This record gives sequence, C-alpha cells and structure tokens, in this order.
Amino acid sequence: MKADPKGVLTGSHYIDGDFACCEGALAAGCRFAAGYPITPSTEVVERFARRAPLIEGALFIQMEDELAASIALQGAVWAGKKAMTVTSGPGFSLMMEHIGLAAMTETPCVFVNVQRGGPSTGLPTLPGQADMMQARWGSHGDYEIIALCPNSPQESFDMTIDAFNLSEQYRVPVMFMMDESVGHMMERVVIPPADRIEITPRRFTKLPPGEYLPFKPGADMVPDMFKAGDGHRLHVTGLTHDFRGYPNMSPETQEQLVHRLVNKIRLNAPKIWRYEEIDVEDADVVVLAYGITSRLAIDAVALARKEGIKVGMLRLIVVWPFPERRIEELAAQGKALVMAELNYGQVFFEVDRCARGKAPVLLAGHGGGAVHRVEDIAEKIVEAYRCRS
Amino acid sequence: MSVLNELEKASLSPSAGETSPESHPMDNFMRMDRMPHIWCPTCGIGVSVNCFAKALEKCQVPLDELAVVSGIGCTGRVAGYVKVDSFHTTHGRAIPFATGLKLGNPKLKVVVFSGDGDLVAIGGNHFLNAARRNIDLTVICINNFNYAMTGGQLAPTTPEGSILTTSPFGSYEEPFNLPFLAESAGAVYVARWTSLHIYNQTNAMVEAIKKPGFTFIEILAPCPTIYERQQKFGDGLDRLRWYCDNSDIRNGASTKDVDIRLNEKIVVGKFVDIERPTYLQSMNAHYTEKLGDRYKPYEG
Repeated sequence: MKADPKGVLTGSHYIDGDFACCEGALAAGCRFAAGYPITPSTEVVERFARRAPLIEGALFIQMEDELAASIALQGAVWAGKKAMTVTSGPGFSLMMEHIGLAAMTETPCVFVNVQRGGPSTGLPTLPGQADMMQARWGSHGDYEIIALCPNSPQESFDMTIDAFNLSEQYRVPVMFMMDESVGHMMERVVIPPADRIEITPRRFTKLPPGEYLPFKPGADMVPDMFKAGDGHRLHVTGLTHDFRGYPNMSPETQEQLVHRLVNKIRLNAPKIWRYEEIDVEDADVVVLAYGITSRLAIDAVALARKEGIKVGMLRLIVVWPFPERRIEELAAQGKALVMAELNYGQVFFEVDRCARGKAPVLLAGHGGGAVHRVEDIAEKIVEAYRCRS
Repeated sequence: MSVLNELEKASLSPSAGETSPESHPMDNFMRMDRMPHIWCPTCGIGVSVNCFAKALEKCQVPLDELAVVSGIGCTGRVAGYVKVDSFHTTHGRAIPFATGLKLGNPKLKVVVFSGDGDLVAIGGNHFLNAARRNIDLTVICINNFNYAMTGGQLAPTTPEGSILTTSPFGSYEEPFNLPFLAESAGAVYVARWTSLHIYNQTNAMVEAIKKPGFTFIEILAPCPTIYERQQKFGDGLDRLRWYCDNSDIRNGASTKDVDIRLNEKIVVGKFVDIERPTYLQSMNAHYTEKLGDRYKPYEG
C-alpha cells in the first residue's frame, strides 16, 4: 500500500541522519515512539516529539529509562500502532531483554541504534560500529533479527521505511544500525510524495475469533497478527508457547517455535540480503564495509586503483542476515577480502567464516571515536593484494 | 459487619447458584482449557482473580475491550488464565508495556496484575513514573511478602524479621509501604485489602476500574507454600484467620501510617481517592491550548 500523506514531508531538505530517520519512520506509518534521551540518537525523538502533535494519531512519550521505552513500544504495537524506539550504546544494552521479547512474541517494531564508541559510556559524541554483534545476538536465547546500516541521511530516510516494512513482513524486531557520523551528518534528503512510497501493512488475520490461532505460521513461516480489542481475546507471552499462544514447557514446543523464529529469517534471507557492489568483477581485492566506513572505503578503493591494484567494494546495506553466499563466491574466485569497520572484528569474523580459507581475509579495524583514515584502509588493500596466493 | 460474615455472604452470592454440570460461572472469563492453574492450594492469587471477574461483571466492562498485562512471577501468571486479550511480559515491565498498550489504543481498559517483587523491586521505577504521569491503568498488586515463584526470597515488601531463603537469619531491611509509595508518586486511588476481604477487594476493583487515572490496589495474600510456612504461620486458612483477627479497617487512614510489621495489626481500607487529569487528558488539553486548531485531540 502507499504511505499515509499525513506523515510524509515531501520535498528537499537539508537535515542530518537522525532527523531523516524520524521522517522515514513517520513516512513508514510509525505513529508511536517511546524514547529516553541519549547522545547521539536524541535528535531522532526530539524531532518526533515536535512532529507528532501535528500528525493525527501520532504520539511520542519520553519514558523513564530504556527498559521502559523498549517495551512501551511493544504495548503500542499490540494496540495496533507501528512503533519504534531510539537509542545508543548503553541504552541499547538495556534494551536487550526486550529485543528478545519482540523476537519471541513476533512483535513487528524498529529499534534504532545510533552507534557511538564503547564499551560502557565510551565516547558519547563520537562514532563507533561495535554494536553489530550485540544487535544480532545481544538478547539471550536463539533468534534471528534483521539489521540495516545506512551510509547517508538520504539512506537513513529511505531505509527507515525499509526497516518498518521488513519488520511487518517478517514480524521481527528490526535493528536500524546507524552510527554517530551518519546520524549527525547534514546532507540533502529528498522525500518523495506519499504515493511514491511503498508501505507494508500489518498482516492482520482475516479469520474470526475462535478460528484464528495467533502463532500458527503461514507458508512463509510467519503467523498473521491480531491486536488487543479486536475481540480475539488471546494471550501473548514471552514463555515458550504453542500455536494458541499458551505457555508450553515441552522440548517439542520449544523446538517447533525456536526453529521457526530462526528459520523464518534464515530461509527467507536471500529475499532480505541487500548489498551494493562497485568494480567487483575484475577485482583482485574486495573491500567490505557498511555505514559511515563505506564512505572512507570507497576513497581507499580509488587510491589503490590509482596505484594499479584491481580493487572493488562490496557495501553491506542489510548486514543481518549476512549475505553468506556472495562472500563464499568472492572467496572462491580467489579475491582477497578486506573488512573495514569501526571495531576490532565483528562482521569481520563472519566474512572470515564465509571465506572458508579460500581467500585471505584482513581486518581494517579501528577502535572508534573517529572514522578510518583512507590511507589505513588503502594499506590493508595493498597487504591483502600481496598475500593472495 | 465482621469479615467472616462477608465471607459467608460471598459464598451465597447469586452467581454461585448458576453453576450447571455443563458450565462453570467462570467459563466466559477464564481459559478453562488451561486449568488446572499453577497456584498452590490456599494461595491468595486465585481469590483475587475471582474477585476481579466479579468486579468486571459488576462494572459491565465488555471483555473484548479489556486487556490484562502481567509481569513475571506467581501473580504474573494471571494474564495467562483470564480470557481477555492478555500479555505476559518481562520481569518488572508490565507497567511500561501497559502504558504503550493504553496510549496506543485509549479505548482499551488496561489492568496490570502482578506481584510485589515484579511491580516495586525490578519494576519500581516504572511504578513511580506511571503513577506520576497518571497513566489510566488499574494496577493490582498481589503482595505475598516474598519471591514465591523462585522459591521464597527476600522481597522489597518482606516485613523485618521474616525468614526467607536469602534472609536465613531473618530480614533486617526496611520494607516498602506500598500505599504510601503509590500515593506519594501520584496515584489517584489507593486501597489495601487482604485475601479475606473479598467484598472490599471486589468493590475496590470496581472503583479502581471505573476511575480514570493510575489506580492502585494492594492485596495481602497468603503464600502457604513458602512465606507462611517459613514464618511458621500455618497454612493459607490459618493466615486468613489471622487476617480476620488482625486487620484494622481504617478507610481514609494516612498512608504513611500503614506500614506493615511482622505479627502486628495490619491497616486495610481505601486510603486515597482523588481527582487529577490523566496523562492523555493533560496532553490533549495542553496541545489544544498551545497549538489550537492545528492539533486534533489524540484518540489513538
């Protein structure tokens, strides 16, 4: 369906990634945001707080902490709203339990994390990309999520819409993994008219109360949803549950449920994967990057090309689920791989795993607090080029 | 009227006579396909669920428009047994979930049913802030003075001197006085009853559900398997007898005077019933004043 024009600020704007994220959410139909202030993400909810009163049916509430924010939004989703919360490092850590709840109860919602330097309080005002594994595995137990990494304010707008759409399609919490640099970077953002924005509606059941089983999956492994007040009078629990939503402590029910929570993403992964390739075809070396780091990596590619090294780039746009098959192909073709990210090896280990020893994989790591120096990534390209077999 | 008379009267209430072999008076309200429940014999939680059903009947709330939210623990299981839209959330976070649910659809009547440990220890911050905001929720707190689901540990409500698994030589912490806490944080309705006071409890639920804003009922409930046994108080019935002899009904008592001491008389009653705009009333009034025609009052 098309976007509701009430939330769409059509036009050309000069705004930062945080503001663009808020506009993307409103365009996607998000009408409930719960937040707790934390640098460098606060601007997203500041804008939401200012915009919401002027959009019918939209509400912002500043909660008492991130634990509250990350579950208030789930209450709103079960009341029928599209909802998000926004945070950064320490707040993201506090939200982990509720990412697990959203995964377990298949609550479609968006968690925005504008990544800063960590661990702990770390570097509140400076960039990092070291929450990538936390986004994927941070809550206890076994589940899968989807994570997107924009590299510009324009993408922050566009991909926030994608994040909401994916969350509705797969009934999964989607991690919108920005970084401080993209969050605070001002660029032109073009917001199209509402009738040019495609929105995935909630997959509400068409079955009447009594016939509908809230956790019985459809052919795509995803169950249809209900909302409170619809007359279904059903139960939703974070306990292991059967198709009726009733708690059931048997290993068989656990197997059926967790297997599906994991596989509804894994088996649908080829439909979710998204990456951009530049000059990969003839390359001897491929640099992989996501978010702000991809904008340094592309300069490093140009620099190395000038020195005669055939190098290309693969930019991860959807990082989780990870495009394993493409990495396997590149490694099988003997292309050396360089992973550039603002941490000391997170997505890197996934690349290394998928290369299966068929190609050298080097890390251009960084502790965060600044973006990479282009020369440092270029040096790794040279090193990777030299250690090809 | 003595409380024991009340008990007798309740057992003779009209609905008790409607039972037929094919149906149970609770059929419409409880998920009978989930019976038997997990609560111990003479535990007070089931009593409150029964009172809640009666309260809903009395205030004629359509069950389709009601949602029950629980946290974790023995009382946290209430959501799973009541046949309304029900949410069994994470430990301590029933209130913020309920906040989102209520604000997401203000037409819903949202009731939080949870235990003392869930609501005021791990969930204490949410309790305070929801009361401060005057979110339109009814919070029913079953206080059994300990963490029962995990085997009987010290709770923030445990009376000083109580023996529990994590206070093996007796608790030396000052417990919370929940009515005082609720009132000082901004609750518009505060009452305390015990599992014995089923009429008062039911009426309190009716009043709280009807009243807009953050309404709070504390129910002191026997935990025969752990708390009563550990204190050598006997079983649940012995405890009800003790409540009968030691409950001091003082409606309108100052909440700061109603703290609970081991083996001392317990003050019960309705303590607070005031008017204050709810969160959404305040929000709509404020934005209408500030933004004029540009603001359409929020209705979900």
